[in-house]
Amino acid sequence: MTTAAKAIHVRAGIDALALKKQAAILRGEAIQMSHASGSAHLGSSLSCLDVLTAAYWAVLNIDPKNPTDPNRDRFILSKGHAAMALYATLAHRGFFPIAELATYNKDDGRLAEHPPANMLPGVEAATGSLGHGLPIGIGMALAGRLNGQTHRVFALLSDGENNEGSVWEAAMFAAAQKLDRLCVIVDYNKWQATARSNETLQLSPLREKWEAFGWDAHEVDGHDVVRLAELMTNVPNGSGKPVAFIAHTIKGKGVSFMEDDNNWHYRAPTAEEVARARIELGLD
Amino acid sequence: MRNAFADELTKLGNDDPRVIMLSGDIGNKLFDKFRAAHPGRFINCGVAEQNMTGVAAGLAMSGFRPVTYTITPFVTTRCLEQIRTDVCYHEAPVTIVAVGAGLAYAGLGPTHHACEDLALLRALPNMVVVAPGCEWEVRGALRAAMKQDKPVYIRMGKKGEPVIHKGIPEGFALGKALTIETGSDVALLSAGNILPEVIEAAHHLREHGVSAEIVCFHTIKPLDEARLADVFSRYKLVLTVEEHSLIGGFGSAVAEWAVDAGADTRKLKRIGTPDKFFKISGEQQFAREKLGLTGRQIAESVQRTLAH
Repeated sequence: MTTAAKAIHVRAGIDALALKKQAAILRGEAIQMSHASGSAHLGSSLSCLDVLTAAYWAVLNIDPKNPTDPNRDRFILSKGHAAMALYATLAHRGFFPIAELATYNKDDGRLAEHPPANMLPGVEAATGSLGHGLPIGIGMALAGRLNGQTHRVFALLSDGENNEGSVWEAAMFAAAQKLDRLCVIVDYNKWQATARSNETLQLSPLREKWEAFGWDAHEVDGHDVVRLAELMTNVPNGSGKPVAFIAHTIKGKGVSFMEDDNNWHYRAPTAEEVARARIELGLD
Repeated sequence: MRNAFADELTKLGNDDPRVIMLSGDIGNKLFDKFRAAHPGRFINCGVAEQNMTGVAAGLAMSGFRPVTYTITPFVTTRCLEQIRTDVCYHEAPVTIVAVGAGLAYAGLGPTHHACEDLALLRALPNMVVVAPGCEWEVRGALRAAMKQDKPVYIRMGKKGEPVIHKGIPEGFALGKALTIETGSDVALLSAGNILPEVIEAAHHLREHGVSAEIVCFHTIKPLDEARLADVFSRYKLVLTVEEHSLIGGFGSAVAEWAVDAGADTRKLKRIGTPDKFFKISGEQQFAREKLGLTGRQIAESVQRTLAH
């Protein structure tokens, strides 16, 4: 990092090194959870962990001791298949014990493969069926405006999720309602479950699409935790519109042999692969 | 029924600031009074029912009591997954109000008919399913929905239906059937907007020496099981009537109960719509005649059964 860049981050009160270290720890947790339970969606979880780290450690006004505070910022993981990333985040942020991560996708636990409704502190909405999180978030943002509250609502969508018609119904509605405390982050890792996203349904030009639907839309490096934190902190940003960040990401980010390899949408790592990944992440 | 709904919702909004109305771009002028009385709490969500239902869930999770409203297929089957996942799974107290039950909009064609909604919404955990028989039951159901904490589906007719009650029936409660007329030979169990035809059927039967008890099961889920046990113990024939498919609706619910409860299922007969789309043009009364759902046809069905 250059001296000038460091100065900006210090001014913003964001500790870049701490955030990066936190993201690596969370990646290690997700890799372990996938390995221990043989669960899919590791690549999808790794691609969005810098967004989650920035949100939960540098942006959101939340108190894990009071997870239902009416004035809290809301964060909805609309791409619910990245639940491993959300669980690791919530546990390390203090919403429930870190030890509970070992129960992920095991019998009789709270940590199912997709986030549950009304069961786990910090989970704002049960997701897993794509295209649901944004409308729910819009309802929360509308409620805040009607109540005269100032909290913000963030919804993290996958790029494949942008296939869903309900996303675009919601996008037009939020723009008409001028919900400027609402923010969408699209985890644009260029893959969906079985194919390149742009070869499936044409998303490109994705930023322009969101802009055309009435949003203040920006592209951002989805692995630049500091930039993500600055942009998300700045919501509402004075545009008077809901804000969309098209976050360019790499599926499987952080582990060289997983990056941009869509086999990791479904594969779980072996013990040997976990060990190699942890070394790459600087955890061992 | 829809005018009563709009009027009652306006009144409820006066007393309860949590009440918020979401319309699927319908009800031109119907909600003028609500909008005037509660600016900011009427939101036209456009022709986007999936989003409307998700938004309602988010509002309900934040302490509001949203009502979603449009024509029956669009506010139910069009957005069924949002009702299931966003509303029912989260136990969000959203009230879904549908206009045009059964064949109320017969003339608009099968895109606007609704003979499957009860089957689909009844299967959803946490959902209360209500099919009022008269505008006063619409008012009672709406009031009751706002006083409890579960998702509720209210399936209305349209407008100009015969008024059965003189006010909200005394002791009206979700899940509690209403006795409309007492009788001693057969029990006619009515669900939804078909109630005036069932009353007419009872009158035809009386002219032919058959005394019919009429029970209005405005709530299909939860069923009034005590009242079902009562009618199965007292009558030689129990007939369910609904403007809905015989697959999965009120009659099915009663049959399921009867089997599980060990009631005498030989006593049960069901009247409803067939497993096919009603494609020919014509208004509701014409469609009812074609499908054997008029009062006279219901009475004749009872007489045929009794003659066997």
